[in-house]
Amino acid sequence: MKALLARDLTLAIRAGGGFGLALAFFLIIIVLVPFAVGPDPAQLRRIAPGILWVAALLSALLTLDRMFALDHEDGALALIATAPVPLESVVLAKALAHWLTTGLPLTLAAPVFGVLLNQSGPGALWVTVGLAIGTPALSLIGAFGAALTLGLRRGGLLLSLIVLPLYVPTLIFGAELARRGAEGLEVLTPALLLGGISALTLALIPFAAAAALRSNIAQGH
Amino acid sequence: MSIWEYANPKKFLDTTGPLVPWAYGLAGALMAIGLRWGFFATPDDYRQGSTVKIIYLHVPAAMMAINIWIMMLVTSLIWLVRRHHVSALAAKAAAPVGIAMTLIALFTGAVWGQPMWGTWWAWDPRLTSFLILFLFYLGYVALWASVPDPDTAADLTGWLCIVGSVFAVLSRYAANFWNQGLHQGASLSLDAEENVSDVFWQPLVICLVAFVLLFVALVLQRTGTEIRLRRAAALRARAQGAM
Repeated sequence: MKALLARDLTLAIRAGGGFGLALAFFLIIIVLVPFAVGPDPAQLRRIAPGILWVAALLSALLTLDRMFALDHEDGALALIATAPVPLESVVLAKALAHWLTTGLPLTLAAPVFGVLLNQSGPGALWVTVGLAIGTPALSLIGAFGAALTLGLRRGGLLLSLIVLPLYVPTLIFGAELARRGAEGLEVLTPALLLGGISALTLALIPFAAAAALRSNIAQGH
Repeated sequence: MSIWEYANPKKFLDTTGPLVPWAYGLAGALMAIGLRWGFFATPDDYRQGSTVKIIYLHVPAAMMAINIWIMMLVTSLIWLVRRHHVSALAAKAAAPVGIAMTLIALFTGAVWGQPMWGTWWAWDPRLTSFLILFLFYLGYVALWASVPDPDTAADLTGWLCIVGSVFAVLSRYAANFWNQGLHQGASLSLDAEENVSDVFWQPLVICLVAFVLLFVALVLQRTGTEIRLRRAAALRARAQGAM
């Protein structure tokens, strides 16, 4: 499992894969928003948490389709499936690698990019905290979506149709946490609910994703 | 005699085939009675005027939209546990009906909301979760359509339905938390002190039964079609193998 994680991380970083791409995409969305809604600082500050969250969602989505697809194409996934590691752990390792290469950089970049949206102080802090709690759920839900759409042509489109509605609860609690934080209200409730979603997906999604993977791998024979 | 006997496609077709026209006929008759009664024989509401009558379409469609998803969840579980093909095909057959019901509920709600709330759409928890349910239905149908192997498609959509159910419930409560509602509470429930008045209630129940029957007829017919399609594909594969 560790070997798998290390391999995925190396591949992501060396092959110019998701690592920089998701971050650049995140930046581009944030740059586009002021062009679309106008440069009024007060307005930008008000919508900044929501923009950062939506941008994070879309950036996480961007690199999902390669989570299993590359290994599936060259047959490595079938080998990994026969290895003496449960497929559930494989899913967990893959999701962790995805989080380390997208969720974590996005979280760290959010307060910096937030400056472009005139965001500062508690707003930036709570967006960052929310992303730190919520992005693992994004990677795990995404792993399920990637497992479902594995090996499909035009899988990427379908993947977004399936995964984005599943992101709704995470987005609601994440954005609520950021909004309350920026206004100096109580933040514990949304933070706990957001953490609850991450914990729930961490506990249950690997089983569903592994089942979907098994079904997809069995089909190849 | 057990319900599992109907997992045999032939038995299923033989039993449900004759039922389909009856279900259609009964659904049509009840809908005609219920809607006529509701539209022309009930008084206008003292505040909502005649717009209240959209309830006879809106409430049954909304209830069916949710119940169809639950039915798909049950049939998906049966497929994943017991591998009965009819069950998976029934889930596949039900989904487009669910989309239609969700659309009817959203559309009639918008038409009613415009004069009553002064807006076609509000980001109210009920409205929002219905829109999300609609997206779930779309994803489900799209996944069925794009996986070429039927058994794999049944597996994958089954898992999507299970995970989707959990997230649909989560979204419902998240949306509650996120925004206060504009939508009124339940008009019909078994334990509530206040339900809608009897004059509205009776035709509404008739419409509900009509919608359920319509759904049953549609699902049985569509499942039958799926079974026959599957047979045709098998025959074609056999013919190709013989050549």
